[in-house]
Amino acid sequence: MQAVPRTNIATLMDFILKYKTFFIISVLVLLAGCSSPPGTWGWYVIDPTTKGGWNNIKFLLSGFSATIMLSVLAAILSIIIGLVVALPGMSQNRLIRLPSRIYIEFIRAVPLLPMLFWVFYGLPVILKSLGLNIPIDPFWGAAITLAISDSAFTAEIYRAGIQSIEKGQTEAARTVGLNYFQTMRYVILPQALRRILPPLANQFIYIVKMSAFASVIGMQELTRRANEVVVSEYRPLEIYSLLILEYLVLVLIISSGIRWLERRMGSDQR
Amino acid sequence: MTNTNIAVEFKDVNKWFDDFHVLKDINLKISIGEKIVICGPSGSGKSTLVRCINSLETHENGAILVNGKTIEKTSKNNQKANSDVGMVFQQFNLFPHLTVKENLILGPMKALGLTKNEAETRAIKLLHRVKIPEQVDKYPNQLSGGQQQRVAIARALCMEPKIMLFDEPTSALDPEMIAEVLDVIIDLAQEGITMIVVTHEMGFAKKAADRMVFMDDGKIVETGNPEGFFENPKTERCKLFLEQILQH
Ligand SMILES: Nc1ncnc2c1ncn2[C@@H]1O[C@H](COP(=O)(O)OP(=O)(O)O)[C@@H](O)[C@H]1O
Ligand SMILES: [Mg+2]
Repeated sequence: MQAVPRTNIATLMDFILKYKTFFIISVLVLLAGCSSPPGTWGWYVIDPTTKGGWNNIKFLLSGFSATIMLSVLAAILSIIIGLVVALPGMSQNRLIRLPSRIYIEFIRAVPLLPMLFWVFYGLPVILKSLGLNIPIDPFWGAAITLAISDSAFTAEIYRAGIQSIEKGQTEAARTVGLNYFQTMRYVILPQALRRILPPLANQFIYIVKMSAFASVIGMQELTRRANEVVVSEYRPLEIYSLLILEYLVLVLIISSGIRWLERRMGSDQR
Repeated sequence: MTNTNIAVEFKDVNKWFDDFHVLKDINLKISIGEKIVICGPSGSGKSTLVRCINSLETHENGAILVNGKTIEKTSKNNQKANSDVGMVFQQFNLFPHLTVKENLILGPMKALGLTKNEAETRAIKLLHRVKIPEQVDKYPNQLSGGQQQRVAIARALCMEPKIMLFDEPTSALDPEMIAEVLDVIIDLAQEGITMIVVTHEMGFAKKAADRMVFMDDGKIVETGNPEGFFENPKTERCKLFLEQILQH
């Protein structure tokens, strides 16, 4: 008799746990909204029924494309750089392994924001002194920095995935005459991929969140736009609440994509 | 002066794993077309010896010649020696993400430069030879252990090696599948290919071997033709070993 309602509660709990961040924030916002004195909240600033509110919403939401483009580009670069760093990191030869280790340790140790400043404000000085007049715009500056910062983690993900493939596979590949790159390309990476892809996708969430730092070098993504509206409207609470919601929606969509990917990879196990 | 009839030659070969002396003063000449069976207790260095022949392991001193060419001591990437030497592993080591056919054509296409058609023709022919042509589009995990090992033999043969190494090819198999794999290897032994087989299957050794090699503690303790080897082993250790395995 008791089993039925308990299962229902369990499913509900599962559901809440699955989207716990979302629920916690919703509840907090709701509580704050109900219990605060009048004037605390001023949702008019993003009220879609008024012209001003609608304009603000359009302005804020149009940051999605920049955030997504920046994150996707950074992720692609990071996937490439990560592989280039990871492969020598697994060499038998210590001298070949060393630069890879140093890169990973160094990049992992540097916080994103200083690195962003260095690339955006510092690197052009070096380029100029070399006679290269390459301007670094906020978009590319942020993409390169995010990619480099993330690539240290990507490299470690590759290493774990590749090293999880049995030694016998490499040996068999060598006995049928494959060289190092052919062995990687046709034997090891295809098998390692199913172990690499889920954590790599997780890493993408990290990139999306870190892309908010691009706002400080003037890139008009979600966070920068929120800051600009706050400055003109003096309504930080509402605007930043919406901003958090924007990231939340984006990350929830990505993570449900990851779950789909994991299910698909799990279902065709060979 | 190199002897043109020699397929593999070990000259005073020594090898260490850190400070563990795994191969001790190995001297062994294997003629072209000869079938050698290596036996000995577990841990005596049989696998290591065989793996030195195709550079899966490196040796520290002495010389190993394969088809008259010296194997480098330092490099683990001796491609040239590899393509002439095929290997069958105890654990099969098939590529699990590829079908049987894809397993077979990968080496011939990428390393030998055959076209897909040529490689597939060769693959089908060899699958007939190991008696599983019907499994061509299956994945390894859809096959029994015996079938997987026969695919692994076909995969090695697809490279048309001059020398075939077998490292305990039936040790990971259920008893009822051992015969089907040994039959294929015996079949192969009828041909001119040089074969070096590590195994404890003494019935197989009697049928297929030209010469027996007994290893213990990193040394080659005894070699001889199968008749003499089984009837009256020269050393006490070999006798003891044979008594132990023939009990089963
Ligand atoms: N990669 C390795 N590193 C260290 N020791 C090893 C390694 N491979 C094998 N050995 C050791 O060398 C000895 C001989 O191994 P192996 O050649 O596999 O023997 P067998 O094939 O005769 O059983 C064993 O004691 C084993 O533990
Ligand atoms: Mg062994």
